[in-house]
Amino acid sequence: MKIGLFIPCFMNELYPKASMATLKVLENLGIDVEYPMYQTCCGQAQANTGCSNETKVLAERFLKIFKNYDYIVAPSGSCVSMVRHNYAQFLQGRDGFEHMRTHTYELVEFLHDIIKPKSMNATFAHKVGIHNSCHAHRELGMASMSEKNVPEFSKIKNILDKVDGISYSELTRKDECCGFGGTFAITEEALSLAMGRARLQDHLNAGSEYITGVDMSCLMHMQGIIDREKMPLKTIYIAQILAGDTP
Amino acid sequence: MSSRDIILKSIKDYAPSKSSELPNINISHASYENINEKFSTSLSSVGGIAVFMENIEEIKEYIAEHYADSKVIVSNCENLLPIVTKDANATKDPHALHDVDLAIIEGEFGVAENGAVWIMEPKNRHRALYFIAQKLIIIIPKNEIVPTMHEAYEKLSFGTQNFGLFISGPSKTADIEQSLIIGAHGAIETCVIFI
Amino acid sequence: MSHSTGHSELAEKFANNVERMNWHDKALWFVRLKRDNQAKSLDEWEELRSTADKIKKHTLENLANYLEEFEKNALSRGIKVHWAKDAKEHNKIVLDILNSKNVKMVVKSKSMLTEECHLNPFLEKHGIEVVDTDLGERIVQLRNEPPSHIVLPAIHLKKEDVGTTFEKFLNTQKGNSDPTYLTRAARAHLRKKFLGADASMTGVNFAIAETGGIVVCTNEGNADLGSSLPKLHIACMGVEKIIPRLKDLSIFIRLLARSATGQPVTSYTSHYHGPVEDGEMHIIIVDNGRSNILSTDKYKKSLQCIRCGACLNTCPVYRRSGGHSYGYTIPGPIGSTLAPSRDLKKYSTLPFACSLCASCSNVCPVQVDLHQQLYLRRQDVVDAGYLSPAKYRVLKMATWLMSHPRIMDFAGLLARKIVPLLPRSIIYSKINIWGKSRELPKFPKNSFKELYKAKKGSK
Repeated sequence: MKIGLFIPCFMNELYPKASMATLKVLENLGIDVEYPMYQTCCGQAQANTGCSNETKVLAERFLKIFKNYDYIVAPSGSCVSMVRHNYAQFLQGRDGFEHMRTHTYELVEFLHDIIKPKSMNATFAHKVGIHNSCHAHRELGMASMSEKNVPEFSKIKNILDKVDGISYSELTRKDECCGFGGTFAITEEALSLAMGRARLQDHLNAGSEYITGVDMSCLMHMQGIIDREKMPLKTIYIAQILAGDTP
Repeated sequence: MSSRDIILKSIKDYAPSKSSELPNINISHASYENINEKFSTSLSSVGGIAVFMENIEEIKEYIAEHYADSKVIVSNCENLLPIVTKDANATKDPHALHDVDLAIIEGEFGVAENGAVWIMEPKNRHRALYFIAQKLIIIIPKNEIVPTMHEAYEKLSFGTQNFGLFISGPSKTADIEQSLIIGAHGAIETCVIFI
Repeated sequence: MSHSTGHSELAEKFANNVERMNWHDKALWFVRLKRDNQAKSLDEWEELRSTADKIKKHTLENLANYLEEFEKNALSRGIKVHWAKDAKEHNKIVLDILNSKNVKMVVKSKSMLTEECHLNPFLEKHGIEVVDTDLGERIVQLRNEPPSHIVLPAIHLKKEDVGTTFEKFLNTQKGNSDPTYLTRAARAHLRKKFLGADASMTGVNFAIAETGGIVVCTNEGNADLGSSLPKLHIACMGVEKIIPRLKDLSIFIRLLARSATGQPVTSYTSHYHGPVEDGEMHIIIVDNGRSNILSTDKYKKSLQCIRCGACLNTCPVYRRSGGHSYGYTIPGPIGSTLAPSRDLKKYSTLPFACSLCASCSNVCPVQVDLHQQLYLRRQDVVDAGYLSPAKYRVLKMATWLMSHPRIMDFAGLLARKIVPLLPRSIIYSKINIWGKSRELPKFPKNSFKELYKAKKGSK
């Protein structure tokens, strides 16, 4: 089984540790991972701004680079959702697309659905607040959504449960958007901030020591507010917990 | 071309291709062990009350006790004629009902899931009566309760009748700061009596 | 309501009053929670939603047939049926009917369609007094504001605001803002209007093709009392309000109030199948751009909407920006997809007033793919050239970089070397919108790619 690792563009430049942790988690489980060097970006920012011509260019690059892997794994729910839900407009019918579309997984989702590890060999003795990032949550269906009448589950929690010492905070709004939203963070800056502050206040009230999640972009946004407002909170990308990296 | 024909033509031209069937409505749902109790709980949760009585005398006593301050009382129930003070059907103009304190009307059946009662009274001349009366009593034959709206609509049809409605509790509003206030424009009290 | 300001500017203004924004957010979140309680109390909830979706889908595919069936049945019941291509024709039909009966005052219950057609100012211009009778609508009417929500028109106002308004118009006690007191005052005020009106107007929640009748749902009883006193009742409906069968109502009535306000049903669900004694009932069927939406594969599902407002209540953007920030009759996610159908240029910012969180699509009782529509609408905005040129240039440049990985790596390397050396005043200059109220992440020494290369090389 050959796995192609996709690292979101901004993570490559800004979050090498979180990215390395992703690689480490997979390699620790004995998975054969390859990072194709010429990858850049899935085109999500372009797509979410409506720039379809530009998105198409990047979707085609993505297909060329990743179509021959058995699975493609990315440390990002929103990039995976991009491939799974929004690439069809540009790539429908193209050779290898359907395979790629159905075999691109978010890291935790991949562990949960495909690898099914018994333990993670990691310890994290902290109270953690899970941030259910919207695209992973509602488009990939990684946990039961508060709007729906369905049995409760969380793939994220199921995987984190395999980490020793971890405990969770209980939020009052367990899956509300943090206000990152890609270019939304800039276009609707005031609301983006307001939404971010509201999420963080919920975590503060719930006693979260760390906020974790499967989308570094949401965490970057929230950490930006935490740092500016000097809140007693930290964010940590989920792979860093799973890899046993001490913060 | 008339506007009608223009609209219908553009809808026909633009309509998506016909590919889907009209689904059968066959929704399975929870059954209520005690359907009377479920109706009562549903109705009280929307601000109304349900009472169960054995005979018309009991109803009269109940009204005498609970509606002593209601001066103008109307009803089409023949058994209640002795306590009626105004004949709502005698007037041609529904505006004449503006002073009605209590209207006692007849419902066909109740719906357990939401405390609603179906009303379609051939005997009542003015539909305004249901809304203009300050207080409302709805009398329903005992055991006439269906579990959900699915069973309710199975029972309904519109023949010559040109008006029917579900009433669930009193009139209410939450338009000022989401505070629930009972008594907006319609009845400020609604009581359902099963007999 | 015309304005050239985009959503983000108006939203920022609303959000600047933090206390009020949080209050607005909480009020609507509370409604969302009540809706959740109802949804979770029915095991069949998701099945109801998918059945509603199927009924609406089938109806839209056969819309012309069902409209004709409805018309035929309504006519046979003595209801007069009119057709209006657009808002102008709708308003003229209403005026002609009212004039033919010499109507001076009309009581109107909540109808988003008449808001869409700007009927009130039109009638007032022609000397007819229009009284909105839904309490929330009456409040905003007295204040000369548009409703800020399709179900809760005055949700943006505090009770003190209502108190001052009523003091001015209804002579209520100065400083008394008790909701019960104010509601009672409105009841007395509007009773007089109900009794004095020459005609009534209502919207339509559902029009039943099979029976030729219409259904109107209210909690206050305003549509019901209003339409049963005067001899003339005019009901206005968009072409999409049709449902095929009487029993289809069981699905929609079960969903509507639960989704809208978290009640099991509204207080009144009135089924009108003809006029009052010696009266007249008119139904105006309005297109006003709807058939155009029907022609668009991507957006036709928005015609399934039953106007419950659940997508507004759950929308984290709506809750924190208020209905007026959208500048369109219908705010929130559903308004943001409907408005661009009407005028893409004027409403070009609305599809972006959304973080694509998808909660709206999940609460929608008829499963409209709201967030997907807003995602696609953005492509229309760009294709029409309405995205700001600066923003477009940045994304175009980024795309070019992303197509040239070596240059991109070099640019990343430069940024990681240079940015940490720059003084804060330059990094956090005005053009850095991200950094206005947020810190940037600390730039690392190496990219992941560099670390990966080093790791592989050392093996």
